[in-house]
Amino acid sequence: MHEMSLVEGIRRVIEDQARAHEFTRVKVLRVEIGRFACVEKPALEFAFDVVMRGSVAEGATLEMIDLAGRAMCYDCVAEVEIAERLSPCPDCGGGRLMPVAGDEMRIKDMEVI
Amino acid sequence: MCNVCGCGTGTVEGQDHDHAHHHHHDHDHAHGDLHFGHGPAGVEVAGMSQERLIEIETDILSKNDRYAAANRARLAALGAFAINLVSSPGSGKTTLLCRTIEALGAQPLAVIEGDQQTANDADRIRATGAQAVQVNTGKGCHLDGHMVGHAMEHLEIAPASLLFIENVGNLVCPAAFDLGEDCKVAILSVTEGEDKPLKYPDMFTASRLALLNKVDLAPYCDVDLDLYEANLRRVNPGLEVIRVSARTGEGMQSWLNWLEGALLRKSARTAAE
Repeated sequence: MHEMSLVEGIRRVIEDQARAHEFTRVKVLRVEIGRFACVEKPALEFAFDVVMRGSVAEGATLEMIDLAGRAMCYDCVAEVEIAERLSPCPDCGGGRLMPVAGDEMRIKDMEVI
Repeated sequence: MCNVCGCGTGTVEGQDHDHAHHHHHDHDHAHGDLHFGHGPAGVEVAGMSQERLIEIETDILSKNDRYAAANRARLAALGAFAINLVSSPGSGKTTLLCRTIEALGAQPLAVIEGDQQTANDADRIRATGAQAVQVNTGKGCHLDGHMVGHAMEHLEIAPASLLFIENVGNLVCPAAFDLGEDCKVAILSVTEGEDKPLKYPDMFTASRLALLNKVDLAPYCDVDLDLYEANLRRVNPGLEVIRVSARTGEGMQSWLNWLEGALLRKSARTAAE
């Protein structure tokens, strides 16, 4: 959706970290993206390359770690893992599921020099 | 955290870290190995910089969330209730809002209007006598916490008032951006098709209430209002749904009652604190 503005947020975090920890180059940046997060991964990768130009993370590798989608089933009252947003409950087959995890968009860590 | 091997979860240390604690690392690594010499330099040298792993664990939207939290605190101090109105373009948000403002009469309120371009909507709101500020996002597809914070500075938000934030018409991006509101209210019009909640689940999942608008047009659109509700509850089993028509006034009283109840609870919370 708004991958460019997300990556601009990432750049601000990196620049803050660069000042705080005095590094000059980011080699690898790892982000965790939930299955239900509003993120198109190829678009994020493209935006990352563009937005990081001229920063300490220019040319850095962006690694994306998938986080599972989890939901509370209103029929069997269990927390279950689901692959797709509209998947039925794997335990009871119910269709009333409220997502409880999987919308994460988090910068996990980075390898720096 | 150890800068060399990346183990541990403590605070991040800087380049001038001199390893005075001798790196015993006698704690139990889950993988059973101790690995001091696996860095790019192959060895650790006090005071020398080498590759490090910096743990961040920060939400990408954390900056937005901080602005949103500041907005929320300002509203809480006033006991004002803020609604983030979200929908696709053309669902009838502004018309519904104008009718709502007229029906609310003397209730103090303010409106923030978000659109990519034009001040048309703020002009329409101001024509009702309400105070409104237009935020043009330019190329942006959503309002964010920073924009709303500035918009709030241009409004006189009274204690125990309502703040309506009409987001950019878009069923995708605004779902992810917290503005500091008390809740999102999604507006879905019957002309849009029953499967919209299934096609764009995030917005309806993030909302507390859905207003199914333009129900007066239902007979002309061959739509099944029960199917609309079923699909809304499929993506959000806890969602409240009110069927309304801003044009005929059908259902508007239920919506007004909902607003009144929400505002009373919020004001009571502020008074109790």
